[in-house]
Amino acid sequence: MNAPTLSQPVGRRDFIKLSGLAGGGLALAFYLRSGGEARAATSGDFAPNAFVRIAPSGVVTIVSKQPEMGQGVKTSLPMVIAEQLEVPWQGIRIEQGDFDLQKYGNQSAGGSNSTPNNYDQFHLLGATVRTMLVAAAAQTWKVPAAECRAAEGAVFHTSGKSLKYGQLAATAATLPVPAKEAVKLKDPKDYKLLGRRIPQIDTRAIVTGAPLFGLDVRLPGMLYAVYEKCPAFGGKVLSANLDQIKALPGVKDAFVFEGSGKVKELVPGVAIVAESTWAAFSARRQLKVTWDEGKVAGESWDGFVAEARRKAAQPGRVLRKDGDVDAALAGAAKVVSAEYLYPFISHANLEPQNTTAHWKDGVMEVWSPTQVPATAAGMVSRVLKIPENKIVLHITRAGGGFGRRISADFFVEAAAIAQRVQAPVKLTWSREDDLRHDHYRPGGIHFLQGGVDAGGKVIAWKNHFFTFGEGGSPGSGGNLSADEFPGRWIPHFKSEQTMFDTGWPMGPWRAPGSCVFAWVFHSFIDELAHAAGRDPLELRLEILGDRDMMPSSGGGTKGGGGYNVARMRNVLKFAAEKFGWGKKKYARGQGAGLAFHFSHRGYIAQVAEVTVAKDGQLRVDRFVSACDIGAQVVNLSGAENQVEGSVVDGLGTLMTQEINIERGRVTQSNFTDYPLIRITEAPLKIETYFLKTDHPTTGLGEPALPPVAPAICNAIFAATGKRVRQMPLSRTDLRWS
Amino acid sequence: MKYTLNVNGQSRMVDVAPDTPLLWVLRDNLELSGTKFGCGVGQCGACTVHLNGVPARACMTPVSTVGRMRVTTIEGLAAEAARLHPVQQAWSELDVAQCGYCQAGQIMTAAALLKDNPRPNDQDIDGAMAGNLCRCGTYLRIRAGIKRAAEIAGGMKEASQ
Ligand code: FES
Ligand code: FES
Repeated sequence: MNAPTLSQPVGRRDFIKLSGLAGGGLALAFYLRSGGEARAATSGDFAPNAFVRIAPSGVVTIVSKQPEMGQGVKTSLPMVIAEQLEVPWQGIRIEQGDFDLQKYGNQSAGGSNSTPNNYDQFHLLGATVRTMLVAAAAQTWKVPAAECRAAEGAVFHTSGKSLKYGQLAATAATLPVPAKEAVKLKDPKDYKLLGRRIPQIDTRAIVTGAPLFGLDVRLPGMLYAVYEKCPAFGGKVLSANLDQIKALPGVKDAFVFEGSGKVKELVPGVAIVAESTWAAFSARRQLKVTWDEGKVAGESWDGFVAEARRKAAQPGRVLRKDGDVDAALAGAAKVVSAEYLYPFISHANLEPQNTTAHWKDGVMEVWSPTQVPATAAGMVSRVLKIPENKIVLHITRAGGGFGRRISADFFVEAAAIAQRVQAPVKLTWSREDDLRHDHYRPGGIHFLQGGVDAGGKVIAWKNHFFTFGEGGSPGSGGNLSADEFPGRWIPHFKSEQTMFDTGWPMGPWRAPGSCVFAWVFHSFIDELAHAAGRDPLELRLEILGDRDMMPSSGGGTKGGGGYNVARMRNVLKFAAEKFGWGKKKYARGQGAGLAFHFSHRGYIAQVAEVTVAKDGQLRVDRFVSACDIGAQVVNLSGAENQVEGSVVDGLGTLMTQEINIERGRVTQSNFTDYPLIRITEAPLKIETYFLKTDHPTTGLGEPALPPVAPAICNAIFAATGKRVRQMPLSRTDLRWS
Repeated sequence: MKYTLNVNGQSRMVDVAPDTPLLWVLRDNLELSGTKFGCGVGQCGACTVHLNGVPARACMTPVSTVGRMRVTTIEGLAAEAARLHPVQQAWSELDVAQCGYCQAGQIMTAAALLKDNPRPNDQDIDGAMAGNLCRCGTYLRIRAGIKRAAEIAGGMKEASQ
């Protein structure tokens, strides 16, 4: 984030226009026929784009439109453009684009969608610019374009003469944008950049502590705000000692918001605005609020768990029913019953939620580490009654996303406060705010029964799943699909769902649904394998079967086609081969386990090798991931980092994370009682392998996470004979003698 | 209260409440936002700075207790702007960061470790770095980064001998 952006915001469009005019450079704004996904919601069939700027000096600037939160997209997608453009990566400039639906199309970063939604278009973008530069050179030299070729930021003629891109910029700017058909993409075998390990473009800023993040935003005359909400979700302010607060040193103002009536928008609370963060934090300690806690204050996690246990045998809503599961269980050679339970958890981004906003002359200008600029701007418009075209939004780097910043609650809070204050104001959540007012990953309880026949084949699977929702629908990731594996693969199968309606805010957490279902189902498959005396790998391959495609139950093959069983089989075998599955004999206390999962268009199989000490201490000695995310790994370093991070995150979530809700409020407060995984608990060795396939290139922020926990738990069982059926791990006694 | 602090080799004047944590003095008053706020209770290490060369949690250090101690922040870690500290170099080479938010604190802790122990093994590293959380899970690269930084630092020392 450079100083001009912060101190004297210039609309990005003006900036490009200005630089184009003043510098005589080539600023390309052109229209590409959209494949649908990056299509601007308001403009129908065409998505306008403006991503590349070439100055006469030769400096190439690429605009990154997607929010960056550690997933590496600010480096990887520009790499795609640079590859096609034939410019050296060294010296390239990448700017974070502001929110601009008209110019950039969809800018939401979530669901591991940034890569698949933009990959092909970005190839085309880069290649189009290259084609124009080649045309400009051909025109300059009065030679056929076919005699010219682009390389290393210059165009070369067969005669040996060359012109640098900067020298061609002015001419290229006068040329028409070629049609898609006239643009030739590079042959992947000629890639120089894609597939290499490229450090993140912001690395230098990160390691030198330059301002980058939302919390680092600083504006002249800026004030600092905190926002106190009711500890019980959705509670309303009855009264607060505002006069006393306003009299405290450094405090500029204090006021109450009644809220917009929704648990995930502007919730009721008290804002304190002060001259510094510390003045605001200090004043807050004197704040006394009387709350109307509402009905949520009667709800507790333990109460719901007890209710689920009471109702486990009662019927739920049937999600899927194949064959006759009860008869099959009655006739099975072996039946296994188990209860699996996982708690609510928090996202716990290391950068607490924050946003800076400035309300001036009817314009709301906002700087925010959001994952979803359009959603956030839309919410501000709706709640604060500001036309969308009066909202200017600068996207800052986010200190972690994990889905938390798909919610815009903190964003609308900051804008609401700014509307009341005649100055720019930065809202900073404390860690306590962050843990107690997250939009949590919903917990869940599964009551499972599985049966294997005399030949050791899994023939029956029955599950009653208890989940949580709000306003009549399950929280994000709290809805079990009828097709969730192994649904469709087991002849006698029944899954049912019962939802508890609460006022607890829930939101997407890295690989929603998948992040827990993979743990439950791959742990339970392992239980069945052991009951049947079968090798866990061999049994899984048998379940997957010989077919190559499993259509979705709707009969459809949406998003590239149902479940590609062949891809999963291959990646599973690949993981087993890389790990050396079955090759090693383990002493007691050591073992290996595996799992696989398909989500977010990625096929992932993983194998864990663990040691459980006699005192129950777990150590992951080795963790192998095999990933099929299509034809091309964009940035190998970034991709490996996502997988390594997923492994650590999956392990950390399994080991320690737990949000407990009592009387409608979270009982944890900070990292003291909500511990995150530390370096001392991290695996000793993580290996990541990519299986290249002909399928489209897809994202990696999420799909490597779901199989981590079951692979580790299955390894724990192999090591100790103890089955982990509850998260976090601290609830299971792993000691052995 | 007025305080004169020695920050990154410069004398800096601030006028703040005595209980203000050094973290917020750095971020709000001195415009040094490289030192991060993660928890405010000494649990995450995002706010790690050096006080007289020793790593300290800026969120737990009231400004009134700093006195004449030398404060070094991530912005001041590289002695000369043209050349990064070996830890910063290693972090860049190995692309350690994901979101990057924890990394200033990680780097400050790692730099202090290497000063005491120029050739740390995995156990030394885990021991020294246990107070620094990384929510993105870059721990394996942090281990590798510290080893690489030790190599770079060793090479630099040899070169200057
Ligand atoms: S902010 Fe100081 S240790 Fe977390
Ligand atoms: S890199 Fe994100 S918290 Fe460490």
